[in-house]
Amino acid sequence: MVTTTAYDREQILDLLSAIADPEIPVVTIQEIGMLRDVVVSDQGVEVILTPTYTGCPAMGIIEADIKATLETHGIAPVSVKMIYDPAWSTDWMSDGAKEKMRRYGIAPPAHSSCGDIAAAERQVACPRCGSQNTETISRFGATACKALYRCLDCKEPFEYFKCH
Amino acid sequence: MTQQEALFKYLLRWGDNALILSHRLSEWCSYAPFIEEDLALTNFALDMIGRAQALLKYAGEVEGKGNTEDLLAYRRSERQYYNNLLMEQPNGDFGVTMVRQLFISAFEKDLFTELQNSRDTTLAAIAAKTLKEVRYHLEHAANWVIRLGNGTDESHERVQKAVNDLWMFTGELFEMDEVDRQLLSDGIAVDISRMQERWTGYINDVLQVATLQKPQDEFMQTGSRNGIHTEHLGHLLSEMQYLQRAYPDAQW
Repeated sequence: MVTTTAYDREQILDLLSAIADPEIPVVTIQEIGMLRDVVVSDQGVEVILTPTYTGCPAMGIIEADIKATLETHGIAPVSVKMIYDPAWSTDWMSDGAKEKMRRYGIAPPAHSSCGDIAAAERQVACPRCGSQNTETISRFGATACKALYRCLDCKEPFEYFKCH
Repeated sequence: MTQQEALFKYLLRWGDNALILSHRLSEWCSYAPFIEEDLALTNFALDMIGRAQALLKYAGEVEGKGNTEDLLAYRRSERQYYNNLLMEQPNGDFGVTMVRQLFISAFEKDLFTELQNSRDTTLAAIAAKTLKEVRYHLEHAANWVIRLGNGTDESHERVQKAVNDLWMFTGELFEMDEVDRQLLSDGIAVDISRMQERWTGYINDVLQVATLQKPQDEFMQTGSRNGIHTEHLGHLLSEMQYLQRAYPDAQW
């Protein structure tokens, strides 16, 4: 087995940056801002993640994906550490990730300031036709991070990734 | 009490609040009045189970006896739980659930706003994360209480009854004991007794818009700081802990 020292921090980050978010497979855990760091030591590799939402059930799958990815490269042992400080924010999401999300049919979080829920949700553009003429169906959707919307122009329902 | 013991109890308190209310809300799954509300209530439950996981995991680390978050959740009996009595109260009708949520979320918004500045950086970080979620819970609950209060005669009457019935459990939210006082001087805990006035003001405003009456502060039921609970917690735990009690360490 190849020892952990065969790969340095940057190379491991590169390998991990290809892992997709299980709920929104068009974006990676790196693009969404969850992958924080990798620490390589004599004891193995420690991957540091920040959870998006505290109860996000995808975190378990992501942890398993990380271990499986590194295992195929002979990197072991791997531990995954969850850190809460600083708290994850949708501001960490890259513009490229937001655009991919929109093309996938999910309206990306637009505003950087999330203090006022109502203000953040006032203008959510339809990811399909771009119309601003949309309305909220429910602030809570199929996953903790999304709300349900409807476009009043093209009539399509869609999901909105909540500003967080 | 050492600082370590005080912090352990303090973390259990907030972790237990999240865990017990999460379980209560999850009881609505597939029973809510309509699908969007089913999603909302289970989303709240999910936020809280995440919060409970983070707090109880940290509590186990602070305690240093090898307890994981799962062991703390599934192997303690009711006298070892420190959640506020309000959390364990039964769901009742939809109005009861929304009034309970309003009272709790209004308290938690102030609590976690202040805990963000705790000198314990782990607790501060969990508080910052939680606060973003609590804002959604509060707005949702307040909107429903206002809507039900201004709805039909029956919805008004039911939601007023919920306010009256749950009021006696609200005083306890602001109760402080030795744990608070010890951690307060270290800048870890926050002065919750100071938060009561703002909470009452906010609740009063919501009730007014909802055309509901604020009950008089009379008898306030307390006990959870010492692990004394209402009859409901034992029943809740017997269901929540059943599998781990019957098949210890079962995994799937």
